[in-house]
Amino acid sequence: MITAKIEAQADFDAWRTTARLLLQNEIAPENVDWEIPGSEGSLFSDLADPISRLKAVRSEIKCPKAFVEIGKRVICFRDPGRFARLYTILWRLQSDRTLLKNTVDPDVIWLTQCDKAVRRDRHKMHAFVRFRIVGLGQFRREQFAAWFEPTHYITELAAPFFKRRFPNMDWVIVTPDCTAIWNGTDLHFTPGGQKSEVPEEDAIEDHWKTYFNSIFNPARLKVGAMIAEMPKKYWKNMPEAIDIPDMIQSARARENAMREHGVTTANPMAETLKSRMALQAAHDQKFKTLADAKNAVQSCRRCPLHCHASQAVFGEGPKNARLMIVGEQPGDQEDIAGRPFVGPAGGVLNAALCEAGIDRDAAYVTNAVKHFKFKVRGKRRIHERPSAGEIDHCRWWLETEKRLVKPDIVLTLGASAVRAILGKNVRISDMRGEAHILSDGTKLFATVHPAFLLRLTDVRRREEELKSFVNDLRQARRVLDRLET
Amino acid sequence: MAKHTLIDKLAILADAAKYDASCASSGTTQRNSLGSSGLGSTEGMGICHAYAPDGRCISLLKVLLTNFCIFDCRYCINRSSSNVERARFTPSELVKLTLDFYKRNYIEGLFLSSGIIRSPDYTMEQMVEVARMLREDHGFRGYIHLKTIAEADPMLIEQAGLYADRLSVNIELPTETGLSSFAPEKSGHTIRKAMADVKLRIDEDKAEQTSKIIKPGNMAPRFAPGGQSTQMIVGADTSSDAEIIKTSECLYSGYKMRRVYYSAYSPIPDASSDLPPIAPPLMREHRLYQADWLFRFYGFKTDEILSSSSGGMLDLDIDPKLAWALKHRDWFPVNVNKAPRHLLMRVPGLGSIGVKRVLSARRLTALRLDDMAKLTQSVKKVLPFIETLDWSPGKLTDMANLRARFAPPPEQLSLI
Repeated sequence: MITAKIEAQADFDAWRTTARLLLQNEIAPENVDWEIPGSEGSLFSDLADPISRLKAVRSEIKCPKAFVEIGKRVICFRDPGRFARLYTILWRLQSDRTLLKNTVDPDVIWLTQCDKAVRRDRHKMHAFVRFRIVGLGQFRREQFAAWFEPTHYITELAAPFFKRRFPNMDWVIVTPDCTAIWNGTDLHFTPGGQKSEVPEEDAIEDHWKTYFNSIFNPARLKVGAMIAEMPKKYWKNMPEAIDIPDMIQSARARENAMREHGVTTANPMAETLKSRMALQAAHDQKFKTLADAKNAVQSCRRCPLHCHASQAVFGEGPKNARLMIVGEQPGDQEDIAGRPFVGPAGGVLNAALCEAGIDRDAAYVTNAVKHFKFKVRGKRRIHERPSAGEIDHCRWWLETEKRLVKPDIVLTLGASAVRAILGKNVRISDMRGEAHILSDGTKLFATVHPAFLLRLTDVRRREEELKSFVNDLRQARRVLDRLET
Repeated sequence: MAKHTLIDKLAILADAAKYDASCASSGTTQRNSLGSSGLGSTEGMGICHAYAPDGRCISLLKVLLTNFCIFDCRYCINRSSSNVERARFTPSELVKLTLDFYKRNYIEGLFLSSGIIRSPDYTMEQMVEVARMLREDHGFRGYIHLKTIAEADPMLIEQAGLYADRLSVNIELPTETGLSSFAPEKSGHTIRKAMADVKLRIDEDKAEQTSKIIKPGNMAPRFAPGGQSTQMIVGADTSSDAEIIKTSECLYSGYKMRRVYYSAYSPIPDASSDLPPIAPPLMREHRLYQADWLFRFYGFKTDEILSSSSGGMLDLDIDPKLAWALKHRDWFPVNVNKAPRHLLMRVPGLGSIGVKRVLSARRLTALRLDDMAKLTQSVKKVLPFIETLDWSPGKLTDMANLRARFAPPPEQLSLI
């Protein structure tokens, strides 16, 4: 019997040195008594020869690389028999190079299972270590500490992971067997310690527990699946685990509550959002032709005016007209006919255009607002002025028409049309008599609305106003003529 | 309404995020923070830092930036017509929370999704900003998964991909009709277009990476190196398993999805009226995952998997591989000492690791039934389907009541 003494639990190099010496002396596994750290020694240890008597006989011992890789992990397996069993496998490998590939061999099965257990434990340590903040160190480096109880002797195996992940904080991981310390430059290991070396709490843990509770879906309770991956042995050092029993216990009640709660009235916000989205969608939609836009305007729900009007009245005229005439909104007759300026105000407009020498058929004629707004008085529908909001909602359609027609001159009739073109209120008296250049280069002429002339009861005043109206139109025509030559 | 504390917000916005099944943190580039001033690492394999009692892994801080939403998808807890409490993180609150969690080793990183506020572009911008702050202001090298909003500007998706490890957009329901009736504001077309854009960009990035003569540095931004994934809700509409599996196959082949997640529709607080609260079809979800594995890793064609379904639905009592084997007894028994790998993969009870071990061992020794017991989880399951040196199933393979050996006994009606 030879006694092979191992000083540390997870020191593969020490085991390898010993095993090499034993093999060189051709000591069979059954003749080695492995004395493990902390043991009293076996019954025979007094009788056995100490390994120091042995001398290297043969120069070289070979084994597959894979065995060294696995061995470095299996040496961490918490079983006193591992040193001996690893030696047995190494011994067998000397005469059977393919042994590791024999997946049904009992030694290989043992090796594979130990390796799996150690790798799993290391993985769980990477996963389940919970740092608590200790304070700030030199150069305001944050300092953290954790207490962890691994199943196997894996602290040294697992610690480099934390170094790669957290090189810029100081940290200590205390375990019963070994303490890992990182100070920014050096990762070193000292003997195991106590749970009391680590702070008892961390303010962030309340947030973490809240998250753990909230991400859990009580309608899918699968306790077995949880325990399979997070065995109870780890729970005592995981702050969130304290809530698990309550979470399980209340799950059924919470699920039932969801069912019994049933359906509540829809949040009224949804309808508001829906209409806003429809608006946005129309906004995003760019029509390619006037016909498409004319088609789409019929389903416009941007403002409530569609609720009572018969139809939306879109502009009409050549698609590349040089002059665009913008009125306020369709009236009673326009609402029925579906065409702009076909009522009394249209009559005044036509006459004035004629006098000013403008061909209405060559112009694109439209309105600032596409739906008829009215009040019912007895059997008549009386025109009502559109609000600024209604004009602004409808502006998008006017812009679409302007984008597609690309007129050189825009002629606005009345204050609503001015607001629709400029996006703000400007008095007509401040604009009349001169051309204004819009940001896209279009020239703007502003004048009154023909309906205004119809409302004037004083005949002399009406004639004066009509004259200025025609003058305004002439001015626009002169600019048109100049553009044409 | 009282002002929400950070904890209140976290409770609301994590609760709102839990119906997204994915929490994966795997499959991205390997990187760490040595020699940098930042923090974080990814080492190939994902890490699950905790498990909730629903058995689901908690790898990432999975939250919504906000659960306000202008969309009204019926199956969703955050739909605009729901009465759930609403909250919103500021980007810097969320960045700090992510870093605080990460430094304590609670998480691998962040999985950020969001309800759509104001507009898809605005929302996507906010999400990208969170990722940008983490990466650029804090040197964060952990995992970031961003849910992309299909309707957002492709330029924003481009930016998202440069900060995130993984991008995903949920297909939600397998059919266009399902989508239009349950998620009126969404369109399958838009979703697939977004997936196509992401795939195109990932492919370009890969081509660049391999063609460069000078290897790019560690920090050369890669586009979504963890690929893209998506999710389908199971059981909210009337779609069959066949429709789900076929859709899945399209998604894997068309857009090189890393994963298609199946999420059993589970009752949500304040449910919509046309989705009566039912128990989530967890077994159905499980069978779909098994089927998914069969066509991705076991060489099954989807039609083969579906050949054992009835009315387009997989058998809930037995797994789809066993169901297929029972329908195709002429393939068996498979001789474990001679059969090629693709036939071994067809044996119910033999997984890919088991097959690997069989192949390794049989080079050295002729396998007996005893050996099979060591190589498989349940030798009882493989018995009717294999031949070993000392075992032949004989008539067992073709036995009429073979299914009964595996299926759970029919449930007895209980007396009240």
